[in-house]
Amino acid sequence: MSALAERLAAGQLTITSELSPVRGASAAAMQERGRLLAGWVDAVNLTDNQGAHVRMSAWACALAARAAGLEPIMQMTCRDRNRIALQSDLLGAASAGLRNLVFMTGDHPKFGDHPGAKPVFDLDSVTMLWTARMMRDEGRLLSGKELKPPPSGLFLGAVENPFAPPEEFRAARAAKKIAAGAQFLQTQYVFDVAIFEKWVAALRDEGLTSRCSILAGIGVVRSSRALDFLASGRVPGVVVPPDVQRRLRGAGEGNVEREGHRLAAEVIARVCQIPGVAGVHLLTAGYEKRVPELLELAGVAHGRGPGAATCGAVTASGARAVPAADG
Amino acid sequence: MRRRWLSQWIGALVERQPLARRLFTAAERKSKEGLFGCRMCGQCALPVTGYSCPMGCPKELRNGPCGGVGPGGACEVYPDRRCVWVVGYERAASAGHVGDLRRLQRPVDHRRFGESSWLNYWAGRDDQLWTDGDGLASPPRLGSIP
Repeated sequence: MSALAERLAAGQLTITSELSPVRGASAAAMQERGRLLAGWVDAVNLTDNQGAHVRMSAWACALAARAAGLEPIMQMTCRDRNRIALQSDLLGAASAGLRNLVFMTGDHPKFGDHPGAKPVFDLDSVTMLWTARMMRDEGRLLSGKELKPPPSGLFLGAVENPFAPPEEFRAARAAKKIAAGAQFLQTQYVFDVAIFEKWVAALRDEGLTSRCSILAGIGVVRSSRALDFLASGRVPGVVVPPDVQRRLRGAGEGNVEREGHRLAAEVIARVCQIPGVAGVHLLTAGYEKRVPELLELAGVAHGRGPGAATCGAVTASGARAVPAADG
Repeated sequence: MRRRWLSQWIGALVERQPLARRLFTAAERKSKEGLFGCRMCGQCALPVTGYSCPMGCPKELRNGPCGGVGPGGACEVYPDRRCVWVVGYERAASAGHVGDLRRLQRPVDHRRFGESSWLNYWAGRDDQLWTDGDGLASPPRLGSIP
């Protein structure tokens, strides 16, 4: 069982954060950013060429994040690899002890830096989760061939956007991922807490929040330009409701970041009160320095801080224990 | 087998003759393209997708809409089109079949593209395209898909 899985199983409030891989051949800068989060968050997501922009591969960054003392969650999209490559990479990740995996369909290449790339989408998020569960639990590939040995101890995650149309179907879509094998679920930015609450309630009513841990996506709007961008509809799946826009714009130029920070802290505090919510997922790339303040303002920083063993055992020397390969 | 022996027999007859098969496949293409946006994947999911072809999605998603659907139901990749799953959801809802959208669709067999899905259906080659229910009660079997 991964440290993240243990923490969620114990019902402890859990905080994960996105950590964007670098565009370059050294992970040092990313590790630098990651160290600012160590002790404050329980695990970090290494995105898989997010937004269809080329970055260092998620598995390499996951290993680098672990070396920097963080519990890695490796993301895998179905955009760039067919079922052969996805299963192969999953085996490689498992052999390196990377057990937390998040599967998603992925943004279309059109939105990235190589818009002419061939979109693959051989599997989708649901069939990929299903495949990963079969590989772990039945010890077989999609082809039926036996795995020797099968990947053990994998902790399977998914994403969902409760705010995109058809809104009435979004809980059902999450339920499909849970049926396929999702054990934790991270959401798109929550700016509209009422809609999020309704979505969680629908999952709770089906008894699914006890089978799958829900982590609410949190963003900090730092400038009116960022707000314009997020609200423009050009960012797939992001909805900023009018009252939130009014509040941020009302703060006045130069104060947007302060208000965005407060707003994010309020959203964290509110979503953590919703029954069935296991914690939050910080989508705050570039904001690592102020994450501690944010968590303190939200009232969820208790027991966290540099040196805190939030997730994963810290050895006597202060270095984080690295899970044994193939363990 | 719930398939009637008659359709099975006709299907087998058509499949035996290359010309008949070609004509039959062309007829299927002609009738389904305009009506449902069919892409001739040869493994038809229309009966459980609100009769909106999921292969018209730029990501060919067969298990529901992606998270990028725009306000109003626009496709994120081609904003001038409506998301095929928003259309499918509306049709399924008006027909009282939303539950069908919760079935888990198995991966597509890319060798089947261009084939007649009707012949494949009658021959029983696509019996395993989706799960019977939402798969939540017990772990649904994925089965072997080479």
